[in-house]
Order: sequence, then C-alpha cells, then structure tokens
Amino acid sequence: MVLLRVEELRLDYMTVRGILHAVDSVSFTLNRGETLGIVGESGCGKTSIGLALMRLLPENTHSFDGRVTMNGLSLLDMPMGRFVHEIRWRRISMVFQGAMNSFNPVLRVGFQVAEPLIVIGGMDRGRALAEVVKLFGLVGLPADAARKYPHELSGGMKQRAMLAMALTLNPEVVILDEPTSALDVSIQTQIMNLLKKLKKELGLSMIFITHDITLSSDICESIAVMYAGEFVEVGPADVVLTSPKHPYTQKLLAATPRLRGSSRLEFIPGSPPDLVNPPKGCRFHPRCPFVFNRCRLEKTIVSRRDGVDVRCWLYG
Amino acid sequence: MGEIVSRLLEVEDLKVYFTFRPGLLTRREVRAVDGVSFSLEMGETLALVGESGSGKTTLGKATLLLVKPTSGKIYFDGKNLLLLDARGMKEFRRNAQIIFQDPYSSVNPFMDVYHIVEEPLLIHGRCKAGEREDKVFRTLERVRLSPPEEFASKYPHQLSGGQRQRVALARAIILKPKYIVADEPVSMIDASSRVEILQLFKELQQTSGISFLYITHDIATARYFSERIAVMYLGRIVELGSTEDVIREPLHPYTRALIESIPEPDPKNRFTERPTVMGEPPSSTDIPAGCRFHPRCPFVFERCKVEDPQLREVRRGRLVACHLY
Repeated sequence: MVLLRVEELRLDYMTVRGILHAVDSVSFTLNRGETLGIVGESGCGKTSIGLALMRLLPENTHSFDGRVTMNGLSLLDMPMGRFVHEIRWRRISMVFQGAMNSFNPVLRVGFQVAEPLIVIGGMDRGRALAEVVKLFGLVGLPADAARKYPHELSGGMKQRAMLAMALTLNPEVVILDEPTSALDVSIQTQIMNLLKKLKKELGLSMIFITHDITLSSDICESIAVMYAGEFVEVGPADVVLTSPKHPYTQKLLAATPRLRGSSRLEFIPGSPPDLVNPPKGCRFHPRCPFVFNRCRLEKTIVSRRDGVDVRCWLYG
Repeated sequence: MGEIVSRLLEVEDLKVYFTFRPGLLTRREVRAVDGVSFSLEMGETLALVGESGSGKTTLGKATLLLVKPTSGKIYFDGKNLLLLDARGMKEFRRNAQIIFQDPYSSVNPFMDVYHIVEEPLLIHGRCKAGEREDKVFRTLERVRLSPPEEFASKYPHQLSGGQRQRVALARAIILKPKYIVADEPVSMIDASSRVEILQLFKELQQTSGISFLYITHDIATARYFSERIAVMYLGRIVELGSTEDVIREPLHPYTRALIESIPEPDPKNRFTERPTVMGEPPSSTDIPAGCRFHPRCPFVFERCKVEDPQLREVRRGRLVACHLY
C-alpha cells in the first residue's frame, strides 16, 4: 500500500555561479512498512530530496515544485504552520547526516532527545524523560545514557540516540541520511541490524539515503539510483541489484569492491557533471560506454522495463 | 639471505605513546601503537586494516618519523632511522612520501597544480630549472592528468576529489620515492572513481617498484591493491598474512567478525541480521589485561583474560596473536 507518493519533484538553488539544478523530475512511491534506498554519489541531490520532504529547504532555494502526498494529504502546499504541527516529526522525521556530532555538549543527552516531546508534543519534562528512557531501550541504549553528556557516549551510541529522537513522536516515515557513514564497520553493522529490527517491530517505513549501494541491499525493498539530480533507475531491490538496467547502475555495481567472488573491478572514467551547467541530453552521456547520438541531443524520458523505471535512451 | 636484500622497511617492537593531563595532577597515557613489528619488501603493498582508534595512522606516520616513536626500531634500506644525521634524514625524506585522506585540505588552495607538483623538486634541488617543467608535465601525465599543460594552470577548487588526489600522488612520486604511506587515500573519493585511483597506485607500484603502506578501514579495497594485510586492533597487529588467505580464511576472531560484517550487494541481505563484533572497542587509555580483544571475543576462555597473546607464525606466512592457535 502506497504511503508516500512523490511526483515531479524539482529543486534549484541559487549560487554565486548561477542556478544549480539539484533535483530534477524526481518521482517515486514509498509503500507502508517498506524501505526505499536513494543511492548516489556526493553532490547528486539525494540529501536535498530529504530536506524537501521535511520542508527544511535552505535559504538559497531558487525554485521548488512538485507534489508530495501522504495518505491523500498534499504536503507541499499545506500552510507551513499546519505542516509543522501535524507532519514534521509527527508523521515524517529525519536523522540528519552527521547530526550525532551536533548534540549540544553542555546538555544531557536525554533532555535533548526529549525535546520534540516537550516542544511539539506538549509533554511535561518528567514524563518526556521517562518516555526517552523507554525509547532508549528500544534502540539498545542503557537507561543511564539519558543522564550522560554527549562526550560520554561513543559514536555508535550517539547515533542510536539520534534514532531515538527521530522516533519520539511515533512517525510513520523516517528519513535516514547516511546514518552509518561516519561509523566503523562493526558499529555500522550493529546500526543496520537495529534498523532491521525497528522496521520489523514498529512497521516503520524508511527512506534510506546512502552513497553505498551495497549497504542499501541490507534494508531496502526498492532502490532509486540517483545521478546528477535525476533518478536514473527506480525499482525493486531484487531487480536493480541483480540485473541493473541503466549503464550508470551497471558500472556503479561493477566498481564496488567486494570481498567474495570476482576480483575484477571497473571504474567510470570522468567525474559527475557540474549541476550549474549539466550536459545536454542525458546527463550521464559524457561518461557512458553505450552513448549514441540521441543521448547527446534529447533529454531522457522514463521507460518501464521488468517493473523498473529507467531513464535511458537504450530503453526509450 | 635473498629475501633480506629486497627488504625496504623493517619495524621492530615499535611503540608510540602519547601522554596527556586530564586534570591538574593526573597524567594518562594513550598507547596508540603498542609493540608492532612488520616488514615491507621492495615493490610490495601492505594493507594496514583497522577501525578508528586502532593506531593505524599513528603507525604509518611513525614509519615516516612524522610522530616520534616512544621505543622500538625502524630500519629503512638497512639503516636505523632513529640514528640518521641531517643529511641522511633529507635523503630519507626524499625516499619516503605520504598521501593523506582528504584531498580537499592536503593541497594548498592558493597554489596552482604546477607549483604544487614542482615544490618538492625545489626543496630537494634535484634538477635544473630547464628540466623542471618537463619533469612536472611528465609526472602529471603519469597520474593521468592529461593534457598536463591544461591541468598545470588549474587551482585545486577547479578539480574533482579524484583529480586532487592525483595531484597529491604526482607530488609524492615526482622525487622517485621508494616508499609511500597512503592514508585512506580513497575514502573520500566517489565510489565510481575510487577504483581508478587504486588502479593508478597499482600501476605505479608495478612500473616504479614503489612500496606502499596502504592504510584503510575498508578491507574490500585492500583486496584490490595489496599483497599482504595486517589487521590492527587497539595498537597491535592481531593478524598478518597474504591478502587472499586472510580474506578467504581469517583466523583471528576479530578479523573473522570484521569480514563477516561486510555485505555483498545481495537483495537477500534484508531478510537476516548480519553477525558482527558486539560492543565497541575500549579506549586506548584503558587497554584490557590479557588479550586486548577478550571482552568482545565470542571464543574467550580463562587464559585470554590473563595472558597477552603474542603474534606468532601459525602456518607459513601467516601470523596470528590469539590463544586459539
């Protein structure tokens, strides 16, 4: 069942160099209880999608449009006051990238995690703190962690506390922006195992933003591969990971170092384009091994193959 | 004695301790590197794999004398590094180079590529003014920044992360060093370009016979670039062996857990939890007695809690520090 539907999301930033097209014609759906992975390299616009869904766009946003509906409720044209009261943090929450290092160092962790309960939920402080201790149990933190200061917790514990904070108001959708990228491998695995548990026990729906396509296989039912502001391939993880359609997805998987199996690796020559001045036609064409004339001239459209939406003229 | 001739670097029981004062009268010690021995052959790449705080960067820097060892010996080309005079030291500095993790802060933003790459030649006065330009251009070509004339006039902000890392590499190889410490050189590079950089390293190693100490937290990339792997935990090497063997059949419980932690891009992953090491590594100010891994080890027994296991050869070319063997 579709919980969240995003249609034709487009987002431009104003920069000193001109207008930067961060997100272009992005559409996807998120089913209840499922996880969508947004996979892409740095600067491809994946975090901007998360910020747009939370309506937390930076001040240099130049233009922004598209439709986001959640259970039939249109989120982007709703008055901001109502969005803040009813949607943000209550129904959609987010774990921001690197946020675990943004705890206020002079306040106890429990109080900071309780803040949404007090500020948005209107709970009194004592009850909110008791609630936080319960949540800490859920994310695998000892109860006494609530009384500690941020410097007394390790990176993995702080990330668990961030997760608890995102869960305070019992949201239906949690957006996770690179939740493990600053953590060691063993801690990363612990956090991924925790996310799997939360998904199962709470029936949580998630948007999992990552640069690591392997990690997305760990939790996602569907995967969206993003390149230069566009979704180039969106579909079930089983198809995208095992028989990728778009040349970028194919090359990205072939460039992923693995511990088992073939030790041959490829790379994609060149680097992602400047989004102030993206290439004409298909944005991947300067790096694509299958490029032909049409790719250089015409903007790509989405076609459907094996249940996967792919933006490539090979399938057009 | 043939193998001794080809040995470039030999580290014996190296220790690097840092002291700090958490209070007015207290003094504490961080044992960042705590008794490490290994050697590096000419033209070989050894991957130093470990999690943050394992001491891998400190060890790498100590082999370059960028941090002062507390005790132990380092031989480079048969000479004891700690006894070098000023002239010997300058010679060593020419022969041993480093590439840092972050190409966004390791190159001077106010210098163009030409001057960044030329600087080592000026410092070491290695060639005449007329030859320098040619040498800089040829080095840029070797790291595949071509056409070199075009890249030479660019500034770092005009380059991508991968290109900057190649500038750092050009600067490191222009003096024809024998040894390069590469400290997480691809962890900040985009996934699609990572392999390109690693392949370039490998090619330089094969054509110029440079030895690399490849410091990484990512054992999967080590597989593509190194002949041997040393796994570090809390200031010690716990396992050392050929890359293929260590990955195929890890012996130390820590190495095993580390390797099990790393997923393949398999859509079935989401149905199961992945095994990993429980808990978190203790602080290097407070190293556990006995085996330093014992509080997290699933196979712990009495001896592990009291006796510190030494790194021993358990089969040909494979060293493990664990009482199980």
